[in-house]
Amino acid sequence: MANLDWNPVVDQSTLKLRAEILRKVRQFMNEAGIMEVETPILASSTATDPNICSFETRLHTESGSRLYLQTSPEFHMKRLLAAGSGSIFQISRAFRDEESGRYHNPEFTMLEWYRPGFDHHELMNEIESLLDYLGLQKPARISYADVFLELTGFDPHAISRKQLIKLGRDAGLSPAVEDYNELLDFVFNHYVISRLRDKGSVFVFDFPQAQAALARLSGGEPVTAARFELFIQGLEIANGFHELCDPHEQKQRFKSDLQQRSKQNKTLYPIDRKFLSALESGMPESAGVALGLDRLLMVLSKASHIREVLAFPINNA
Amino acid sequence: MATFSTNEFKSGLKVMLDNDPCAIVENEYVKPGKGQAFNRVKLRNLKTGRVIERTFKSGETLNSADVLEIEVQYLYSDGELWHFMDPSNYEQYAADKNAAGEAAQWLKGEEICTVTLWNGSPLSVTAPNFVTLQITETDPGVRGDTATGGTKPATLETGAVVKVPLFVENGELIKIDTRTGSYVSRAS
Repeated sequence: MANLDWNPVVDQSTLKLRAEILRKVRQFMNEAGIMEVETPILASSTATDPNICSFETRLHTESGSRLYLQTSPEFHMKRLLAAGSGSIFQISRAFRDEESGRYHNPEFTMLEWYRPGFDHHELMNEIESLLDYLGLQKPARISYADVFLELTGFDPHAISRKQLIKLGRDAGLSPAVEDYNELLDFVFNHYVISRLRDKGSVFVFDFPQAQAALARLSGGEPVTAARFELFIQGLEIANGFHELCDPHEQKQRFKSDLQQRSKQNKTLYPIDRKFLSALESGMPESAGVALGLDRLLMVLSKASHIREVLAFPINNA
Repeated sequence: MATFSTNEFKSGLKVMLDNDPCAIVENEYVKPGKGQAFNRVKLRNLKTGRVIERTFKSGETLNSADVLEIEVQYLYSDGELWHFMDPSNYEQYAADKNAAGEAAQWLKGEEICTVTLWNGSPLSVTAPNFVTLQITETDPGVRGDTATGGTKPATLETGAVVKVPLFVENGELIKIDTRTGSYVSRAS
C-alpha cells in the first residue's frame, strides 16, 4: 500500500476557515487604511528576550555571516514606522526554537500591526472591532493588578516573595523556581490565567514593570508597563504595547536581556543596531500588537491542539 | 544515575519525585509569549497510586526511577509477605502487605501476576484481570431466579467477599474481574 503520510492532517473545512480568516483580516485592515507590508524572515540579528530562542543559519558565501529566522517581525516593522510608513500590518511566519506543544508550533503565523498616534487602549478598541468582524465576542477589560487581586487576594505590585512562593507551591510549582519575577510569572500565567478560562474573552492591561518587554512605562505609582494581552478562554491570543520609543531605554533593556541570557548560559544574540538607529532618528509614538492567528483559528474551530489547525504541523512538515 | 530534562518527559517515563518513584502521565508545555517556559506535568506516585500535578521550569531535571515491571507466579503467603517467583530465572520476590495491596485477596496460588519492582523490590502487585475462585460461604441459592437481578454476598476461598447473583450456590466456581472486584460468570 502506498504511504499516506504525505497527507495534510486537517480536512478541507479547516483549510477554508484559514483562507476565510486571512481574507477577512486583510479586508478589515484595508478598510481601516492600514497598509500591508512584508519584512525579512532572515536577518543578522534577532530578539534578545531571555525566554525566546531563535533558529540560526548561515549565508553560504565567503563571509559566511550568521543569520536568524525572525521570532517576530517587530524590529523591521518599527524601522518602517520610523521611516514614515504610517499605519502598517503584516501577516508573517515567525519561528521560535524549543517551542512545541499543545499551543505551540515552532513555526507559526503572526498578525502584527502598528498604529501611529494610538495608545494601548485605542489599539484594544481596534482589536475589539476586528474580533467583532470575525464573529468573536467583545472582550472584557481588566488591569493586571485588579485581576491578580481578584483571583489571588494579593496586590501584584506589593506581594512579597514569600507569599508568591506559597501561592506557587499550593499550585504545584517545583521548588526549584526561586526568582521573584519567575514566581510572579508563574502565578499569573498558571494560577490567574487558568482561572480566566470561564470569563470568556479578556484584555489584561498595565503589567508590572519587570514584564514590560518592549512597552513604555507609565509615570504613575506604582510604575506599570503600557502592555496588554488578550486571552480567550484562558488562551493567550495577542500581546500589545504602547511602544517604547526611547532609544536609550531600549538599549538598556537589550543589555539587561543579554545579562540574563548570559547568567542562564543561553546564546548571546547581537543587539539590533539598525533598529536602535531607527529609534534614534525618531519613531512616531505608536501602539502595536502581535496576534497569533493559529490560536485564533483554534478558538474559532474549538480545537484543543494547535496541530488541528495546521495543514502540516512540525512533525508532519 | 540517569536524569531526564523536561524536554525528554513523556508519558510512561519513570522518575523520582520527592523521594518516591512516579510515572509521568501527561506533560504539557506552557509558555507565555513573553516569559518563562514551564512544563505542567501529571505524575502517578507508584507507591500510593495517587496522581499529582507539578509544574517545572523548562530545563529542570528529575532523576530516573529504577522501576521495572515483571511477570511472576504467585507462590504463597506467610501472612506478612506474599511470595512470587519469576518463572524465567527462578528469582523470588517477597511483597509486603502494602505492595500486595488489593491484589492479595484474589490470589490462592500459581496465578501469573505483574509485579512492579523499584530498586529490585516489589512496589506493587497487579493480579490477573480474571481469576476463578470457589465460593465457600453464601446463602442458599434461589432456584430459577435468573432474571430479577438481585445479589447477595459470597465469601470466596481466598477470604474475599463479592456480590453474586441469587442463583449462585455455595461450592460453585465463579469468574471474577479483579479490576472491579465484580462477578462475571459461573466458571463450572
